[in-house]
This record gives sequence, C-alpha cells and structure tokens, in this order.
Amino acid sequence: MPAEKTLLSFTLNGEAHQVLAPTHHTLLEVLREECAATGTKHGCELGECGTCTVLVDGQPVLSCLLLAVEAEGRAVETVEGLQLGNQLHPLQAAFADLGAAQCGYCTPGMLMTAKALLAANPEPSTEEIRAALAGNLCRCTGYHKIVQAVEWAAARLRGEATAEPPREALYGSPEPQR
Amino acid sequence: MQPLEKPEHDAPAEGEERPLNLIGKAFRRVDGRAKVTGQTRYADDLSFPRMVHLKLLRSTVPHAEILEIDASAALALPGVLAVATGEDFPVPFGILPVSEDEHALCRGKVRFVGDPVAAVAALTEDQAAEAALAVRVQYRPLSTIASLEEALATPEPQIHDYADSGNLHKQVSMCFGDVAAGFEEAELVLEDTFFYSGNTHLPLEQHASVAVPEDDDRLTLYSSTQTPHYLHRALAKVLGLPGSRIRVVGTPNGGGFGGKSDPFQHEIVAAWLALKLGRPVKICLSREEVFACHRGRHPVLMQLRTGFRRDGGITAQHLKTALDGGAYGSYGVASTYYTGALQTVTYPLPRYWFEGARVFTNKAPCGPKRGHGTPQPRFGFEVQLDKAAVALGLNPADLRLANLAEPGSVTANWLQLGTIGLGRCIEAVVAGSGYRERWGKMPAGRGLGLACGAYLCGAGLPIYWNHMPQSGVLVKLDRSGGVAVYCGQSEIGQGSDSVLAAIVAEVLGVGLGDIRLCVADTDLTPVDLGSYSSRVTLMMGNAAREAAERARELLAQAVSAMLEVPLERLAFAEGRVFDVAGSEPGLSFAEAVIAAEARFGTLATTGSYVPPRAPGKYRGAGVGPSPTYSYSAAVIEVEVDPATGLYRVEQVWLAHDIGRAINPALVLGQVEGGVYMGLGEAMMEDSAYRRLPKRLSDALVHKFPSLLEYKSPTFLDMPEVTTYLIEEPDPRGPFGAKEVGQGPLLPIPPALANAVFDAVGVRIDQVPIEPQMIVKALEARAAGKEARFGPRAFPSIDFGETLSVPTREEGGDGRAINDFSRGKSSRRATSGTMKTREEVLGEKKLEALTTR
Repeated sequence: MPAEKTLLSFTLNGEAHQVLAPTHHTLLEVLREECAATGTKHGCELGECGTCTVLVDGQPVLSCLLLAVEAEGRAVETVEGLQLGNQLHPLQAAFADLGAAQCGYCTPGMLMTAKALLAANPEPSTEEIRAALAGNLCRCTGYHKIVQAVEWAAARLRGEATAEPPREALYGSPEPQR
Repeated sequence: MQPLEKPEHDAPAEGEERPLNLIGKAFRRVDGRAKVTGQTRYADDLSFPRMVHLKLLRSTVPHAEILEIDASAALALPGVLAVATGEDFPVPFGILPVSEDEHALCRGKVRFVGDPVAAVAALTEDQAAEAALAVRVQYRPLSTIASLEEALATPEPQIHDYADSGNLHKQVSMCFGDVAAGFEEAELVLEDTFFYSGNTHLPLEQHASVAVPEDDDRLTLYSSTQTPHYLHRALAKVLGLPGSRIRVVGTPNGGGFGGKSDPFQHEIVAAWLALKLGRPVKICLSREEVFACHRGRHPVLMQLRTGFRRDGGITAQHLKTALDGGAYGSYGVASTYYTGALQTVTYPLPRYWFEGARVFTNKAPCGPKRGHGTPQPRFGFEVQLDKAAVALGLNPADLRLANLAEPGSVTANWLQLGTIGLGRCIEAVVAGSGYRERWGKMPAGRGLGLACGAYLCGAGLPIYWNHMPQSGVLVKLDRSGGVAVYCGQSEIGQGSDSVLAAIVAEVLGVGLGDIRLCVADTDLTPVDLGSYSSRVTLMMGNAAREAAERARELLAQAVSAMLEVPLERLAFAEGRVFDVAGSEPGLSFAEAVIAAEARFGTLATTGSYVPPRAPGKYRGAGVGPSPTYSYSAAVIEVEVDPATGLYRVEQVWLAHDIGRAINPALVLGQVEGGVYMGLGEAMMEDSAYRRLPKRLSDALVHKFPSLLEYKSPTFLDMPEVTTYLIEEPDPRGPFGAKEVGQGPLLPIPPALANAVFDAVGVRIDQVPIEPQMIVKALEARAAGKEARFGPRAFPSIDFGETLSVPTREEGGDGRAINDFSRGKSSRRATSGTMKTREEVLGEKKLEALTTR
C-alpha cells in the first residue's frame, strides 16, 4: 500500500515551501529528499550525533527526530541559508579559515547549533561554547578548531572587525627553547 | 589598471632552495568554502533520474549454514523490482590477494551478525527496507567463536578453510639477529603482557554508494571510498566486466580513518543491480550497518620481553602478538605484520624477534584503523619503557633521549630510516609540560606521562604486486592561465586536495584560485592508490611536484626564448614569470602559457612516484618499508580520584615531526584529531561483544552498535592540547614534508597509562583504561599484590616456523637464511620485493609487472 502523504507548508531559509511528503517522514528526510536541501547531513537518524541539526523557529532541533508535519507553518533554517548573497557568514568563514571543517560532514550541524548559541549569547565563554555544542559529535578535529572558530566568529559578529584567531590556532605553539 | 610590477622575489643564493610563496603558510583549504556552505556532494547527496533504492538483509545469527532463502513474499510487495542473493555472486573478492574470502552476498554460510545475505531493490527506500525484512532465511547454526581463546581452542568448524591452521588465519615468526645473545647482555629484562581493545572508526558519514548504468555496457559507481582504484579492480573481478567499462568516482568522504578502505558488499551489489535493472541504484547504510562493516582496530593481546642495559639502551626484544580478526581477512594479514614491523624505528633495537598470529572469530571483521596495527604494540613498548626507567632510576625522558634511532640508519628488520625529529619532539613536550621538573613530584592523584611514536609516510609496496607508480598526477595548462590537476587521490577530510593544489601552485607560482582539481575518478585521473597508510602527501606530493616542474620547464623555455633571458634567471611567482635579475615585470602566467602553447602545442605534463626500494628481501619484508617515517612525542597530565578511579585528562602536549608543514593549519587539525582519537581509544572506545540471552537466540552480537552507547569523546571530554610542529625536512618528501594523519595518535594511549602511574602508582596494562581498573589495581596494591591491572597470561600459540634473518651488523644481506618456501610463491618473488623494477623490465615479461 502506498504510504499516506501530507501536504506540508513551512518556510525554508525564509522562502515559502509547499511539499507533498509521506506523512511518517522526518524533517530530515523531507529537507533532503523533497526540498533538495542536501546540505543537512545525517549520522545516525536516531538523535545521537547532532549531525542533522537545523533551526526551527530559531531553536536547534535534531531534524531526524522531528516529524516533518511538526514543522508545519514554522520557520526552518539550514546551512544553505547562512550566507548573505555570496558572502560567507562569519561562522562559515571562521570554520573554513581555521580548518574547523575537515571532512565537513558534521559542519552544517555545528554551524547551526553555533548560530543559535550566538543569537542567544553573543559573548559566550569557552565553557559555554563547549556546553552548547556538546551534543554534536565530530570525529576529525578533536573539537579545538571548532571552539576557536566560534570564538573568532563571535568576536566578528560583535563588530570586532579586526579580530584575528590566535597564532597558535594556525601555526601551533612555538618550539620551547631548551 | 595598476601598473605592472615585478613581484618581490630575489634570486636564491648559491645552493639555496627557491623561496616558497605558499607552502608553509596557513591557508583556507581549497574545499573549505564548499564544506561550510553545504555544497560538498557526499555520496548520499547524489540522486539521478529513475533512481531506485537498495537495502541489504543481514544475518541475525553469528555462524550458520544457509539452508534456504525464500524471497517470494518480498518480491510480492509493492515497488519491489529485484532480489539478489549469494547465488548471483559466485566470484569472491577481498582487499588483499592472499585473502579473497568475501562474497557480495553470503554463499552457503554466514560468519557474523551483520553478514549480508540478500539484497532488495525497490522504488523507494521504505519499500526496500520493508521488503528486505520479508526475505525469509533458514539457517542451521554452527558453533560460535567469540574470542581469541575460543578460536585457539576451537580448530573445528573452521570459519574459513584457507586459514593457516584451524581458526588461526595467519602465523608469523621472524627473528632478526641473535636475540638470545642480546638477552644475555641485558642487565635488566622486563616481560609484560598487554591488551589493547578493539575499536571502530565511527565516521559520521554512513557509507553510501550510487551506481549508474551509462551508454552501452558501461557503469559509473559513486562511492564514499578511500580507495577508488582498489574498488575498481574488485568490481571488474566480481562483475566479470572489463575494467575499462567501469568508472569509480570517489566522493568526498565524510570521515574515513581507514574504515572505507576495503571494497564493500553494498558497493558491488549496487553496481550489479544497476546493470540488471538499467537504472541508477542507491544505498546508504544505517549506523548499525556501519558497525557491521567495521574493519576497525584489532583487539590485540601482547607479550613483550625486552632486555635493557643500565643506561636504558635496548639489547634485544621479543614481541608476541595475537589479533582477534573477526570473520574475514580484510587487511588482516598486513595488520598482523604491522603489529611487529615498526617497533624498531624509534630507538636502536639491535636484535628483534617478532611473532604474530591472527585468529578468525564470529564478529565484524577488523582491518586498518588510523595507525594500522601499530598503536597496540606501541602502547606496550612505551609503557614498558616507563617501567624500565623506574626500575633503572632514570627519568623516562632521559632514557628515551639517550637512545634515539640514528637518522638514515637501517633497522634490525631492514627498514631504511630517513630524517628523525624525535629528539626535538621529546624536548619540546618535556619543556612545554615541565616534565623534567614535575614528573614523580606531583601531589597525590596528579601525574604526567610521556610516550613517543612513529609512523609510515606511505606503505612502500602496493596491495597487489606491481611495478607501476603508486601515484600519478596530470597537469594541464589552459590559455586563460588556469591549471587543471588530475589525480586519483581521495579527499577524506585530511586535506589532500589542498596539498595537491598547493604543491602545483607553488611550483608554477600561481594562486590556489587558478587551480582546478579533478580527483578520485578512475576514468579521468591517473592512478593513485588511495588514502591509506599516510601515503598521500608524500607520494602524491612528489608526483604533483614532478608534473608541475615539467610544465614549468616548458613554460620557462618559451619565456626564455621570448624575453631573451637565460632559463636559470626566470622565476615563477604571484602569477608572473620574470627575470629575477632584471626590473621588468615579465609575462603574466597566462601569457607564458600562450607563448609555450604556440611553441610546443597543447600543454599537459605528468608526474609519477615510485617509492625507493627497501633493503629487506625476506618473506614479510613488504610490510614496514616506507620512504621515511614521522615521529611524535606526547606528555599527558591527568588527575585521578583514587576512591572512584575516575580520572580527567587535564592537558596534552604533543610534538610532531612533520618534515615540513605544507599547510600548518591543516597539519594542526590532523594532530588535534589524532590526539582526540587516541584519547577515545585510551579512555572509552571499545568494540565490545556479548551473547544474547539463551531464550532469545544466544547470538554473539555487538554490545552497542550506536553512536550513543559506543562511547566517543565529546566537546566536554577533550582537554587542552598544545601542539608543536617540528620541521626537519626530509629529502624524500615533497618540499621535505612527512605524514601527519596517523602518527600523532600513537603516543596517546601509553602516555595516558604512564600518567595514571605517576598519579596513583599503579600500572594499567590495557586500554581503554576504565575507572574500575584503577580501583582494582589500587586494591591489589593495598592487599600486598602487584599494583597492576591487566591481562595475566599470554596463551600458547603456534606461530609457525621462525624465519631467521641476520641483521646488517651481523653481515646479513636482508634475506632469511632458512626460507625454503620460496619455490611455492615464485610468482610473488618475480613481481614483488625480490627484484627491482629495472631488473623486471629488463626481462621484458609482461606478467612479471603486475598481478591480476
């Protein structure tokens, strides 16, 4: 028997979307399969890794655990909506410049979680960044570059246009002299 | 328009290298923008018109004969297009030619829970999933082997009939030099038993593939693979198609760490069904299936016996390793050799006896994970060195610094070493952490641990015997000044695309934006063997440098003639070609291309890399050689609560001998990622298995095949990491560069164990180090027993006949003196390590150049 389908309406990165999707499908599936928004990734589809994080009405949500029908009428934001025109969002630029994206697979989820954090707390401490991102797993970076990138982007978003990452983040610590 | 100026660029002094424009400076990775915008197309992001979906049905029993497969109910379900079973795949495959023991779908027998039994293609993914569960399989259970001990005790039934003996897949015994004499010279002999648990790669991207039939009898497979070339060969073999009809495109991998280096069942089945149905077929594995694919770190039990002089110098070592291999061969034969091969490259080890064995068990197959076979014995070695230092009254740092391998020397097992930055690495982490002042003197519960490691910069030999380059690069120049670079290498997140672009841009003096890459495409790119064994920077880098230098030579000749400037005075920088001795701005790079294309015709050059021949010529000498080795040292600071055994890693200092950093920002990322993964293995990661209760099925299953319950470190678990990049350029690396993807993991587990000892005075001789182990060791000490937690004994194992190989110091020539099996594998001998490429070419026999 063909799966029952539902007509869904929501905004995706500020644009109105209407899609017909199987009623039991998650927001993750609908974004990737019906909206061709494949920037959002998945690592488990069980709510364990944070990879599929998107923002719904500004709040980070695991899109693999949210039925798409629950997003009806709401505002969904994904990594595709971060840029302004062709200009990278400061979070995106910082992630790219520091190498906070290695394989890049966890990156969309990290970026969206970080965006929600900075919207609520423009000047987070290192501990607050770690706590906010603790539900997002990354197997490549050891997390350091991600924390440094969020700190750098936060400074730039606060208007500290000349903010630079610490030299150690790009070149390592100077070799101690004996 | 701004007036043209000659770039700031002075001629190099006599004997000096050309100044570098790009290499050594931190730059945004070339795929960085795509990765932060969601534009990178991973395999599961691809879709094609008329695409259908594939699901595999996997075995629910660990070891059984397949009596019957009934797909009628599945075929009757809506949307179902085809069902495949092992009947459809008579041809076996496997990454190593010596262990082609896999089928795309099981034939006659299943060997672990998760072994793929049947495949269903349907219009939607939901339909395929439902139909796969409707395939009925009848099994006749066989006895199940859960552990090393059970494998040794259960020669029958064999999991594979090709094993060396019973369920002993592989036996190795190799003795280099007079080990008995070495132990007689020793003033201290330590013998320890260690255990290193298995663990898995856990890439966040679940493996995915899309197979697309094209033209007449042609097929393209897009797949998340680290080794498109080897996958290409496996597909041709199993599908029975000429390789020229199959195109494999390696998509950017969402993490690999070694877990996507084998050709996999789902890749082959997708390709077969695409050809059968004439439609694109896609599969993306579930997270549970990724745990079933595994090929992760082997659990290894080790016995290590080492003789020391009073100054800490080593007189001899005898290492026994026993690997729990899981249900298939995978890279396991190589893994077995690797548990012994790199013990010799850090400290002089004049006589060395290595014995290794791998067993088959009914668990997901183990294979290569970051460090491939070497973190386990490195753990034992570095912990034992710590024990030796304590026993000899030496500081562990001084013991190591006084006994460093000689750069350029040949080891007891006939490995040719290159530059060695290990001494500087140790000094850096010791100074940075205050180890010399603080070790042994910290408050109770706090401790520092030091350990070192070393790794290959590429395996010296390919997986299948051949005399062709291990990496090839093609550079094509466009009249616009654009440079297209083609190479078979795979970007798995490590930054290989950026290394490739940077090296070509550096040589040609253009910007990264002028470079366009085409990679990991078996139709379009020259072969590179893949992203494994930390081979890409060195091997691809050298090939890229050669290709770019040949292109620069053509451009220089044309510009030299046009500007009437001698060749040696021309420089390439900032997108211009100019006379370093003059004041004129010279030609733009695009103008130089036009001049050269007019003179020489279409401009394309190639570069190849063949590793230098290794001096070892004994059977097994193929595992271990590398053009050079990277070195790392780490100090870990830990705080331990002796009441609960709970501990916290406060900080890690790590120094890595990178040769030269092509892009320091990416090198740091690899170091930090290696430290992270090493801490995961040392603290929590464990591929544990359990038997289900008898009333359920008694099946042997993975204890927690999920990202939640398989513990891996989060943001909150990671300590501060201070990284020092030590640059000792190695002439065998491109611009002096060595590897960084794997080496920095190696010192972490032993450094943690050594730090726990410094903190609470007990030895934990296994990883992961669990709090209860610390408590038990403390209780043992309180009861007057050995202050230690770890395996008690090493079982009796038949390692087979010992190959006896005299060392160079003993006048050896790199051959074994008692190898009488050479006649049996003469084919290997003709195409393998025994003859040089030049010798084989001289014979003019095609079959000696490669194996099929």
